[in-house]
Amino acid sequence: MSGTSVSSPSINIAPRATGDVRRVATREAYGEALLQLGDEREDIVVLDADLSGSTKTRAFGAKHPERFFNMGVAEANMMGTAAGLAAMGKTVFASSFAMFAAGKAWEQLRQSVCVPNLSVKICATHAGLTVGEDGKSHQMLEDIALMRVLPNMKVFVPADAVEARQVIRVAAETPGPVYVRLSRAATPVVLADEYQFEIGRGTLLRDGGDVALAACGVEVAEVLEAAEILAREGIEARVLGLASIDPIDGELIRQAAEECGAILTAEEHQVNGGLGEAVAHVLVESRPVPMHMVGMRGEFGQSGKAGELIAHYGLDGASIAAAAKDLIARKG
Amino acid sequence: MTLTDEQRTEIRETANEVRRDVIRMVHAAGCGHPGGPLGMADFMSTLFLAHLKLTRSNLHAADRDRFILGNGHTCAGYYALLAQKGLIPRDELLRFRKLGSPLQGHPHRNAELGIDFSTGSLGNSLSVASGMALAAKLNGWSTRVYSTSSDGESQEGQIWEAATSAAHYGLANLTVIVDFNNIQIDGVMREVMNVRDLREKYAAFGWHAVDVDGHDIDAVDAALCAAAAETERPSAIIAETVIGKGVSFMENQSGWHGVAPNDEQAELALAELA
Ligand SMILES: Cc1ncc(C[n+]2csc(CCOP(=O)(O)OP(=O)(O)O)c2C)c(N)n1
Repeated sequence: MSGTSVSSPSINIAPRATGDVRRVATREAYGEALLQLGDEREDIVVLDADLSGSTKTRAFGAKHPERFFNMGVAEANMMGTAAGLAAMGKTVFASSFAMFAAGKAWEQLRQSVCVPNLSVKICATHAGLTVGEDGKSHQMLEDIALMRVLPNMKVFVPADAVEARQVIRVAAETPGPVYVRLSRAATPVVLADEYQFEIGRGTLLRDGGDVALAACGVEVAEVLEAAEILAREGIEARVLGLASIDPIDGELIRQAAEECGAILTAEEHQVNGGLGEAVAHVLVESRPVPMHMVGMRGEFGQSGKAGELIAHYGLDGASIAAAAKDLIARKG
Repeated sequence: MTLTDEQRTEIRETANEVRRDVIRMVHAAGCGHPGGPLGMADFMSTLFLAHLKLTRSNLHAADRDRFILGNGHTCAGYYALLAQKGLIPRDELLRFRKLGSPLQGHPHRNAELGIDFSTGSLGNSLSVASGMALAAKLNGWSTRVYSTSSDGESQEGQIWEAATSAAHYGLANLTVIVDFNNIQIDGVMREVMNVRDLREKYAAFGWHAVDVDGHDIDAVDAALCAAAAETERPSAIIAETVIGKGVSFMENQSGWHGVAPNDEQAELALAELA
């Protein structure tokens, strides 16, 4: 098998980080970006729900106490308050753990934020299995589904700290509701500092023509590892970073399907309603190819260390490489 | 009924053992929440030893008492008490928060271990406890339903929806004990988001509500007896506690809400609890 190279000039080829692999949590990058934005823009107001140390909004709160409101353990009230602030012209960042930001306050987000199309940026941390030991009550595996189903809501899942910083900046500059899914665990920085995130654009992280591996969030590093494993066996995988889940990069996906003949998606989320289904949606409305979706298959998580859980549920690089080989065997 | 000297001694000893287990468990896990359960150990031991009818022999009885840990993050102490009651094997305690263990980071319902409900997301449990109390009432059972809550959890709106409906349906078989330590994750509760006087609030919602010193086991026992004597109203016991109680360097520190002691700190803590 041989790797074909990408044909379209419009493809967004992402500069990859080089040298020693740094590990930084995307929530850390969020905290730093927010602090910077706060210095630049007076209209930015930040809300948190008793988790400011964990979500990293605390630094903003310390620097701009008059524009930071701790709402206590009351996420629904926080989202409603965010909507009111936004209706008066503020750009609001509201943070909690993904479970409570997206789960507890979903209806408030629908009625008070998305229906009136307000500038509330939900920056939800501790998403997915990599929350670790807190277990299933805290491992949000359904938020992409809950958020991408909402009209007006843009959904971004950055792969690393570099992308997270970009995403936060773009979220602040873009009118309307945005959901940003962030992680607790420190994960490898895969992108170079000069990388630019664009809404609705995916990125090409590795070229190849035997199979395409598309991922978001912490799974990007895992599919890159899978691609390395496959390369050692002579299989050239194309790797796509799909941080912009809604809107999604249909062109990049269609081209990968055409040139690779099969797409595997990987996400730290239920396969129902997540990134995989968003990719499948693009393809069934154009030209479907065999797909495999790596993710949680209709079960909740459990306590354990982040890395253990990723491996336990088959979301690690080695499991993804094995799944990719099965997928290649299904190519017509 | 007041506690006998024997009961009082047993409750005190159990509370101390629970505190020691909490330190050992959170230390072994390398993460978790030590502060809350140290503060709750006295009232929880009083509840589990002198009031809650839950034993190996009635574990599967449909009409037995129920308990829900509303502030689910404090589960280390709850698991330790279930172990004291012979419901959780002691060696399981040190697998707390580990992959495959039934002792999840937040309680997960387990009929064999006597864990009556899954919790961890604050605000949900008082509604569930109300539903259980309603079912028991419907069945004409003498079941009592106990739930814990906390000052932090009282910030959730759903608590007050449950408070409204439990009083509306006259759930006299329902008791909530609120761990009121004035601490939450981001700091001092009265500074983060003041819930004010919870006794007055519950009373205004139609509950029988009392303030007690959550470390005074006789006062807690008396409050639980009074709750059991209620015939019309649900009961709220606002238990004033000190987070981290019994370990000097953890007392009143929000920093010990959710951080594990290192080897040295665990040793110091266990020495203080000897
Ligand atoms: C709905 C929800 N929001 C946020 C959290 C995260 N959280 C866990 S404990 C806690 C603080 C709760 O305050 P309290 O129970 O008074 O804390 P303690 O006294 O145990 O320190 C928070 C915000 C959660 N578990 N559930």
